[in-house]
Amino acid sequence: MKEARCQLELRINGDTRLANAYPTDLLLDVLRDSFGLTGAKPGCRNGDCGACTVWVDGQPMKSCLLLAAECPGLEVTTIEGLKGGEMQRAFVEQFAFQCGYCTPGFIMNAEALSRLQPPPDEDTIRDWLQSNICRCTSYEEIRLAVREVIQRRSEGKLAEEAERLVEDGSGGMKGELNG
Amino acid sequence: MAPGESGGSALAEIGRSVPKKESFYKVTGTARYTGDRTEARYLHASLKISPHAHARILGIDVARARALPGVRAIVTGADCDVLTGEEIRDRPIVARDRVRYHGEVVAVVVADTETQARQAVDLIEVRYEPLPVVQSPTEAMRPGAPILHERLGEYEKGPGVVPVPGTNIASIIYVRLGDMTQGWALSETIVENAISFKPSDHAAMETRSAIAEILPDGRIHVVSSTQAPFAVKMYMAKYFGTEAGQVEVEAPLVGGAYGGKAAIQLELIAYLASRAAGGRPVKAMYTRLQDMITAPCHIGLEAIVRLGSTKEGKIVAAHLTYRFDGGAYDDKSSDVARAAAGDCTGPYAFEHLHCECLTVYTNHPYASAFRGYGHAELTFAIERAIDALAEELQIDPWTLRMINIARPGDLAPTRDLLNESNLGDLPACMERMKALAGWDDWKVRQVDDFRIRAKGISCFWKNSSIDPNASSGAIVSFNVDGSMNLDTGVVELGTGTRTVLAQILAERMRMRTERIHVRSVVDTAISPEHWKTVASRGVFMAGRAVLHAADDAIRQLKAIAACVLRADPEDLELGDEEVFVRGDPHVRIEVKKICYGYMFPNGNTIGGQIIGRGAYTQRRMNPMNPFTGEGTPGPEWNVGAHSVEVELDTRDCTYRIVKAISVNDAGRVMNRMGALGQIKGAMSMGLSFANRETFLFDNEARVQNPTLRDYSIFRYGENPEYVVEFVERPCLDGPYGARALGEHGLIGMPAALASALSRASGVRLNRLPLFPERIWRARMGYADDSVSL
Repeated sequence: MKEARCQLELRINGDTRLANAYPTDLLLDVLRDSFGLTGAKPGCRNGDCGACTVWVDGQPMKSCLLLAAECPGLEVTTIEGLKGGEMQRAFVEQFAFQCGYCTPGFIMNAEALSRLQPPPDEDTIRDWLQSNICRCTSYEEIRLAVREVIQRRSEGKLAEEAERLVEDGSGGMKGELNG
Repeated sequence: MAPGESGGSALAEIGRSVPKKESFYKVTGTARYTGDRTEARYLHASLKISPHAHARILGIDVARARALPGVRAIVTGADCDVLTGEEIRDRPIVARDRVRYHGEVVAVVVADTETQARQAVDLIEVRYEPLPVVQSPTEAMRPGAPILHERLGEYEKGPGVVPVPGTNIASIIYVRLGDMTQGWALSETIVENAISFKPSDHAAMETRSAIAEILPDGRIHVVSSTQAPFAVKMYMAKYFGTEAGQVEVEAPLVGGAYGGKAAIQLELIAYLASRAAGGRPVKAMYTRLQDMITAPCHIGLEAIVRLGSTKEGKIVAAHLTYRFDGGAYDDKSSDVARAAAGDCTGPYAFEHLHCECLTVYTNHPYASAFRGYGHAELTFAIERAIDALAEELQIDPWTLRMINIARPGDLAPTRDLLNESNLGDLPACMERMKALAGWDDWKVRQVDDFRIRAKGISCFWKNSSIDPNASSGAIVSFNVDGSMNLDTGVVELGTGTRTVLAQILAERMRMRTERIHVRSVVDTAISPEHWKTVASRGVFMAGRAVLHAADDAIRQLKAIAACVLRADPEDLELGDEEVFVRGDPHVRIEVKKICYGYMFPNGNTIGGQIIGRGAYTQRRMNPMNPFTGEGTPGPEWNVGAHSVEVELDTRDCTYRIVKAISVNDAGRVMNRMGALGQIKGAMSMGLSFANRETFLFDNEARVQNPTLRDYSIFRYGENPEYVVEFVERPCLDGPYGARALGEHGLIGMPAALASALSRASGVRLNRLPLFPERIWRARMGYADDSVSL
């Protein structure tokens, strides 16, 4: 079973990156091993847990179910490339993670969900977030975090927030969260 | 007054919902777990596992695998004859001439890449002769049952482990109080109830990973997703004949553990792999399947509880038979059983007690610690029997529990005297739970033609039995800006313990927790030892060590400040990162000016950098006597009361878990949102276990559901509404009165769920998980629920 490596030109987090990969290599493994983007986690490599969720052209996808060779020409975004920080901050404030292993996948999925128009209802949120497993929390914390962001965005505060972020240039990750 | 408290002044840092110190790393993908470490120099290991639960190995042919490009070494059982195990040394690292469970490791390939290693694994040919399997403790103890460990009598074992050679009994322990003959004579009503469940899994999202390397000077370096880096260090030194100081173990952030990563297994495999590859670093990561069946799992149990009571509901006699399904090797299962034996009655005082608690070998994946350490298990057995007794006596189940709850002045099964500090306030938890559940309003309610709502309750206690000499240490130091660094040996599993420890330090130093820096990696070469990050002992033990370390630092700060301020150290106070004279607060100096010594204007310097140290060991612990149960295996019994409400569809016996309530005595809530998260997360795990989690075995004891697709666990939106409250009666040994919390939301959940569903379905449900089919079978009268021991 000989196979040749091929050079793949990938778009990752806005940059063009070259990977030397086998045609059978998973996107997950190329992200982790070639680029050190270890935010996507190999929780099951079977599409069951969602810990490896990234965006492909803005859609949340399980990177263990994609071959890297499928991705040239597509925009891949990982948790490391997520800009904005609002969902991340909501996860911190609501204690929506403990061990944190499922968190990047949950945030990537929830963030994509929160950008839907019209804003998703409870059933849609459940349908989407059931593709990820969290073993530590009760899911209530995650629900609160996601709902909070969706609600804020649906109230049109997103525009204001974006403006503020541009102004202070912190990418949204500045400031005390404690208290 | 509890340690840390000074009396009077309100606490500023304790109780505050400080987010976990590593929060930003975890939401940005920056947090690094063991498996995230990748270096070009690493070799990769892949495992060949047994497809049989019990078989003789007739031969292993590695020739084709060895010939693959990139393969550096192959390890089989022939390469290492060391037997391992913390209680009984019964387990080879790689199977030798026999496999005893489905998933047992039979060979390890080391190759340049993971893909090459996996390809080579597929080319290894193993010839087996299948042997008859043992599927349950009951089967294992039948005359003529296959014996798993013929050499049981020759194995090295720890103190207090009592195996029965020639049988499948790995360990036996008795607990006795009073006189059973008298107990039965006093009994006006006797009920007997049997329960059972099979092994299941921890299913942490991070599969276990380890990297091992043998350095040129012979030192062994290990990185592992472990809860017990110091135990890894100690046992590796023991197993491989080196000094503990020659072994260095790093424990980065751990992606969920729940007890399952306290077991030592993959570290040993990675070490053998490195040794076979000339000491080069080898990285090994379990696949999900291996993490579920090769690695240790959650213990199974078969139990019969017989209770004798007066007509008024005072339980006077209890005969308890616990038979734990420890699986193929003992690991910690006999210690789990011992912990269960120590608290075998549940939170009740029974005057006449006989408990026989066995750990039994079967051909199942072997068991290790699981959140609750035997207590969710024993609680299920006891609480189901209490419900049965309540039904028999026609007494309200809540009232029956209140009549029998152990109170200060009573004896624990271990004959320890209970008092208001070492025993949590269960009556207060019960009262509050009753109010929250609306227990007096209704217990069963018909919703429509088909659907019935019902409530169930349970209560529990748990002592944390750990090694009597287990210790915990803390080191604190300063930065030139006056902020502090805290190092302990507590591994951050996601419970937020290292953040709570920072809060304890901040409270004692009267500064802000934000000014305390906490490392997220434990390194056994430099971090002070914390025995194991298990048993909900992190805050309790390391917290006491942190208080000692803080006091040590404060003494040193005051000594320097006394010279500078020309004041008696006894007149000095610390607050807001300044040392000042109590009676004249404008005479003061900033901590940052003295924490590296103080330099006078002419250059003269006094003192030096300040390093505070502290250590803590639990007081007057001693192991249980295996023939009487007498001993002091742990310092305090923590308690809680649970309630679950369900809605059952009587047509197909499907059901919805509507609400789950937990009221725990937290002693002192250290971090409110953190504490709520610990309890709710544990409740979720307990309900998921009770509702659906089990390994499904075929007739050859092979696990049929070793993936997260067919081993179902709760997902988003399947959770009920959670209601959590705390009672705070301080434990006088806990820092600021804190009691253990991390496991306690789980313990009574299975029993409460079964209680609610039994009430809704009208039949006693005693087997887990509570699949709708099982309820339906019970309603149809099929004899599915009987266990005969």
